[in-house]
Amino acid sequence: MDFLTILALVLGILVIVRLMNVSQLAAVLSGDNEEDEQDRHNHLNRIGMMFFMVVGLGLMIYMTFKYKPFMLPEAASKHGVKIDFLLNLNFAVIGLVFFITQIFLFWFVYKYIHDRKRRALFYPENHKLEFIWTIVPTIVLAALIVTGLKEWNQITQNHPDDGMKVQVYGYQFNWIARYAGPDNKLGRSNFKLISDTNPLGVDYSDPASADDIMTKGNEMLLPKGVPIQFQFNSRDVIHSAYFPHFRTQMNCVPGMNTAFYMEPTITTDEMRKITNNDKFDYILVCNKVCGVAHYSMKMKVSVVEPAAFTAWLGGEKKVVPADFAAAASDKKETPPAVQQTSAL
Amino acid sequence: MEVKENMHVADAEMHGGHDHHDDHHQTFWTKYVFSTDHKMISKQFLITAIIMAFLAMGMSMIFRLQLAWPNESFPFLEHIIGKWGKNGKLDPGFYLALVTIHGTIMVFMVLTGGLSGTFSNLLIPLQVGARDMASGFLNMLSYWFFFASSVVMFSSLFIESGPASGGWTVYPPLSALPQAIPGSGLGMTLWLVSMVLFIVSALLGGINYIATVINLRTKGMSMTRLPLTVWAFLITAILGVLSFPVLVAAALLLVFDRSMGTSFYLSDIFIGGVPLEHTGGSPILYQHLFWFLGHPEVYIVLLPALGLASEVISTMSRKPIFGYKAMIGSMLVIAFLSFIVWGHHMFITGMNPFLGSVFVFTTLLVAIPSAVKVFNYIATLWKANIVLSPAMMFAIGLVSFFITGGLTGIILGDSALDINIHDTYFVVAHFHIVMGSSAIFGMFAGVYHWFPRMYGRMMNKTMGYIHFWLTIICVYGVFFPMHFLGLAGVPRRYYANTAYESWDQLININQLVTVFAIIAGVAQVIFAINFFYSMFKGRKARQNPWNSNTLEWTAPIEHLHGNWPGAIPEVHRWPYDYSKPGAKEDFIPQTVPFSQTPESNQPGDH
Repeated sequence: MDFLTILALVLGILVIVRLMNVSQLAAVLSGDNEEDEQDRHNHLNRIGMMFFMVVGLGLMIYMTFKYKPFMLPEAASKHGVKIDFLLNLNFAVIGLVFFITQIFLFWFVYKYIHDRKRRALFYPENHKLEFIWTIVPTIVLAALIVTGLKEWNQITQNHPDDGMKVQVYGYQFNWIARYAGPDNKLGRSNFKLISDTNPLGVDYSDPASADDIMTKGNEMLLPKGVPIQFQFNSRDVIHSAYFPHFRTQMNCVPGMNTAFYMEPTITTDEMRKITNNDKFDYILVCNKVCGVAHYSMKMKVSVVEPAAFTAWLGGEKKVVPADFAAAASDKKETPPAVQQTSAL
Repeated sequence: MEVKENMHVADAEMHGGHDHHDDHHQTFWTKYVFSTDHKMISKQFLITAIIMAFLAMGMSMIFRLQLAWPNESFPFLEHIIGKWGKNGKLDPGFYLALVTIHGTIMVFMVLTGGLSGTFSNLLIPLQVGARDMASGFLNMLSYWFFFASSVVMFSSLFIESGPASGGWTVYPPLSALPQAIPGSGLGMTLWLVSMVLFIVSALLGGINYIATVINLRTKGMSMTRLPLTVWAFLITAILGVLSFPVLVAAALLLVFDRSMGTSFYLSDIFIGGVPLEHTGGSPILYQHLFWFLGHPEVYIVLLPALGLASEVISTMSRKPIFGYKAMIGSMLVIAFLSFIVWGHHMFITGMNPFLGSVFVFTTLLVAIPSAVKVFNYIATLWKANIVLSPAMMFAIGLVSFFITGGLTGIILGDSALDINIHDTYFVVAHFHIVMGSSAIFGMFAGVYHWFPRMYGRMMNKTMGYIHFWLTIICVYGVFFPMHFLGLAGVPRRYYANTAYESWDQLININQLVTVFAIIAGVAQVIFAINFFYSMFKGRKARQNPWNSNTLEWTAPIEHLHGNWPGAIPEVHRWPYDYSKPGAKEDFIPQTVPFSQTPESNQPGDH
């Protein structure tokens, strides 16, 4: 088998070398001078260029329509819809520029092919023209920058700070979500407290952690129409929490809190109808290489009506173990000053 | 001015005196191995880069097979990569290693060392009219550091824990902790050693290129008479000298974190069942340092390719490059902006969103000089008299890629849009087209165009055209469909898709991409055969095979140490007097004084 492969390779190389010999000899034998030879090449290749442009652009359009159904379905978050609009706007602008410039590029090559009877136009500069094509892109880009930044500020800064707090916690190679519960405050955590029973390293002595709830399986739910204030953390390396359908992504960096504010607008069931796919699910995947099993680090995300969400949350796990909570409530009799010292 | 002239005379006498002496006493070692001649060093860079490019391309073939047919087994893999391909299945850890080393070799060894090293070395002295580089010895060291760096990088493939595998950007903590991934053990150490050696090489080369362009221009070669190639190499070298040291700093701090227990990049980590001692560091610091080099690096890769393309396009269009000064200006602007855009790689790292806005602004500004360059190329082709030599074909391919890939950059540079396509295949498509393929096409254009200058022989044209057509079709075939994957949300650096069922429907795109990639690989074999065959058996080249204006074609075909016998030619005009009205021929070399061309002189020529 291997011998045959090597033989095939060697033969292939010999064939190419032979072909080169022949093409070189043919050029010499036909008595052509270099210029005639180049003229023939020019002629053939300019047709090639034109053909390549026409077929290439045609295929690009065809493929864009063919693969359109495989692209992400419509955005399932409030800001996502705006991002999609912006994306389409940008594609319209760059698509136009793409077609115009590529067509001119290949068309000029075709049209102004070498002709011994002709001289090129000596035309080293034209300040007016150069000024125009500096200014026009500047204006177009300014418009794109302004619309883009407006959206960016809206998404990252100009939002109310009253979202439901949810922590998304990444580790090699899985996710845990923690909900802040009725007080909407996530209890403190410290990586030194991490253990089998306390995977998030939550500080149980922080009263805010008492009502925190974490996912027990590989699925997290989100209520439709409720703004969510995500906090992202990691315990080992950098992960990236990527929710493609919500047009939401943020890195999870050890030693740092990162955040993202968003509001899901379409439930999983509704999306199944929209996509005509009764197996459709939202997903959270890791999008920053984080180790050997990076590709399998995922979590199912379901968006449901708020009532269903509350019911589901009741069935998930309390972050603070029951025995600890009981012990803590016993301690309530001790003076508050002591409790504060321990919290510090 | 007088001093400079005297220097040149002295220089000429000195070299004229001992040229022959040198030639007679060269041994194999001083001529081919420890050569201080810029022409030989440029060939050393080129051939090393070609070998490294084939290595990195081979790696991409292996991971492309995995991506297209994740459930098949390829028994031959076991013969090539041993335990990493047991039973013909690629190991997921080794997949990441391949991706990492493919990227590192391509970006640094091929497109930085191979492109700048080859063509700055070959063309700077020959085009500015110098006997050699400012320091031949440093130049030799530059190559040997590059060689050592390549060897160390290659050797990391053979160690037990495997090569570095955290992606070519080697972000800590992943790259700092062997517990996190096996590749972060010895493999990462070798990666860092290799990179430091590489940076030494780049700096030695860079200061040499700058010194040569500034000090050793021949009489009459003012800065505004420099060919655009030399301008591009000069600006590239300045970028490298200013940005590479920052990567050394980043790498050094990473070394400290890895082996001396410091906490520059590490904090609050619990791994392997235990909390680590590190506190107070920030992984984001590394990213700032890395991309402070990393973004200028993109232009270190691209500008020489654009410079080569400018020269080839003007020469083969038989027409002056349109807007010579605007071309220089836009390169300077791109170079300046490249230092203040690095944050666009970090929009979603949790960096302050306001800072993100600033980077959006500076990033999209880069599009303006880039657009000017594209328009100027197209304007150069307008009413030209185009000779489609293989080099010209590749230069046109470069412009096409520069447009395609540059435009998607506008989307990625927009932070709001980047949220959703960051780190997806959209990014992979973008940078492979605009940086990878553009730059490699510039390199091909350079090789086909200056091969006669290097080896005194012509490359086979027919094979050149076959190489071009297969390559451009395959490059678009490989990278254009990746945009669709990216827009479908498929993350990069995934070994296989087990994450999301819907992405399984896209497997046929991956198969299409892999088929094109394999054909592209075969096309490069054609190039390699043509290259090595023509070196020995190609048709003998004329003195000035492309009827070009620049100085390198006035030097004798036989390689002389010192480039020109006798005095260095003087320069009297800019390099782009092609098809000047009234002139006898459609080119007037830079060495022809205006006094000899009264028929074509224009007002202002003097």
